[in-house]
Amino acid sequence: MSAAMLRLENVCKSFGAITVADDVTLDVAPGELHAVIGPNGAGKTTLINQICGLIAPDAGRILFDGRDVTALPVHARAALGLARTFQITSILPSFSALENVALAAQARAGASFHFFGRADAEIALNQRAGAALAEVGLAARADVPAAHLSHGEKRALELAIALAMEPQLLLLDEPMAGAGREESVRLVALLHRLKGRFPMVLVEHDMTAVFALADRISVLIYGRILASGPPAEVRADPAVVAAYLGDEME
Amino acid sequence: MAPLSIEPVKRLRRTLAGETAPVLLFLAFALVPILAAHGAEAYILDVGMRVMIFSIAALGLDLIVGYGALISFGHAAFIGIGAYAVGIMAASGIGDALVAMPVAVGAATVFALATGALSLRTYGVYFIMITLAFGQMAFFTASSLAPYGGDDGLTIRARDTVAGLPLLASDQALYYVALACLLGCYILCRALVASRFGRVFRGARENPVRVAALGFDVYRYQLVAYAISGALGGLAGFLLANETEFVSPAYMSWQRSGELIIMVLLGGLGRLHGAIIGAIAFILMEEWLSGVTEHWKMIFGPFLVAVVLFARGGLIGAWTALAARLRP
Repeated sequence: MSAAMLRLENVCKSFGAITVADDVTLDVAPGELHAVIGPNGAGKTTLINQICGLIAPDAGRILFDGRDVTALPVHARAALGLARTFQITSILPSFSALENVALAAQARAGASFHFFGRADAEIALNQRAGAALAEVGLAARADVPAAHLSHGEKRALELAIALAMEPQLLLLDEPMAGAGREESVRLVALLHRLKGRFPMVLVEHDMTAVFALADRISVLIYGRILASGPPAEVRADPAVVAAYLGDEME
Repeated sequence: MAPLSIEPVKRLRRTLAGETAPVLLFLAFALVPILAAHGAEAYILDVGMRVMIFSIAALGLDLIVGYGALISFGHAAFIGIGAYAVGIMAASGIGDALVAMPVAVGAATVFALATGALSLRTYGVYFIMITLAFGQMAFFTASSLAPYGGDDGLTIRARDTVAGLPLLASDQALYYVALACLLGCYILCRALVASRFGRVFRGARENPVRVAALGFDVYRYQLVAYAISGALGGLAGFLLANETEFVSPAYMSWQRSGELIIMVLLGGLGRLHGAIIGAIAFILMEEWLSGVTEHWKMIFGPFLVAVVLFARGGLIGAWTALAARLRP
């Protein structure tokens, strides 16, 4: 698996006595959608935070596209093409939807130490932002301040921001959290369309969505990978059913 | 992508409407010397120059407070450093603006880079406290400069020359130089805020984690903005030293830093011309009230509290709210 886009090697992390990552080894192949599931407090978000650089692991290595990024800060990893969405919506509330996405496009467009010229009049950036908004179904809401969007629209906006970064890998931290039934269906359809364009790591509690989308699933319990494999295999694993899926699949 | 752009006409009208206040402000500044010729000229020019000089410093402060939520409580230090650069050079026989101005601005910029590099590792209340501490360090350093007057300050024998010519000797000339500097700084800040750089910086105010996750090194953007802000303070200091022909540690006291913050809040945070309106309002009220009573701060204090409580966007905010109510 040397061709893995993302590889975690023996990653360990604890907060005091609580172990949130216990010798986690995991890899994500190019084009793969790899879901990480597990009960609350299993360490899923902490894992995402370690991959994107917000939290440093106590031990172990994180390789992105074959390169050791364990010591790199968040912005350097993002510049390499590691994009993420947040469990609690993270947008720029007073910026319009379009400007939120245009800033992401700007990050991809290279130099931002430009002190003159109106950034909001840059056609190339606005076009790319517009295309990303259209992709997630927000084209009509481009000029609305992000703070005024509905919860579901904000979730979609986060995805548009990630898309405009043209990621090499996308980390999705509970994209369906707090979304209504209809919005969830729309988001799943959207992720289906995006599948294959770049590899994704999906942390999600909505098991219907996970089993519909994932190529592989890893089950994380108390910071430890209990099982990892194709959906059918994981679903049939007696240890997984006993520890987690038993209640979730009812 | 038709729905993405506002119709050009609407945009033009909106742009023009947004420019009325700054255009009127600068017109008024330009007319002051002409009107002053019919009255107490020296006094009016002195007040006008002080307004513009503190406007420049307040502009710089608004850039980082209003657009970056970086509340610097040591901003007077930059004015002081700029002023002392002029004073110290004059005392050593270098009295030309072509040298003094770049040195004053450069010294303030270097001080901003050095202190900002440390201050920006913190945030929130800690940032306020550490900038205050650096400001006080500058203040006490100036107080202990015995060869340059120590606590008493330093008198400058003559204003800076320009390429050897005494062009700044007249108050009118210096007034228009200050006006040109203010206009230049205002245009620079406007451009900065709207630029790619400004967009990253403004984004970091709203959500630094998100902006970092996009791939921007927030710290570098904030440091550059802080340095630019310090440079404007240095320019204000250069002008202040030339205007008063005197420099003193009082220029960088923490009260001065507080007054700059008040100017920015009074006018309206994050508006740029708000900082100018705030400086005008602050200095004119100070002049007027201190003429009325010795205890003018008893009136000024409650007035400030009222502005902060009832007019969230400062004087600009109050005006906008009033105009909206009067419109049928």
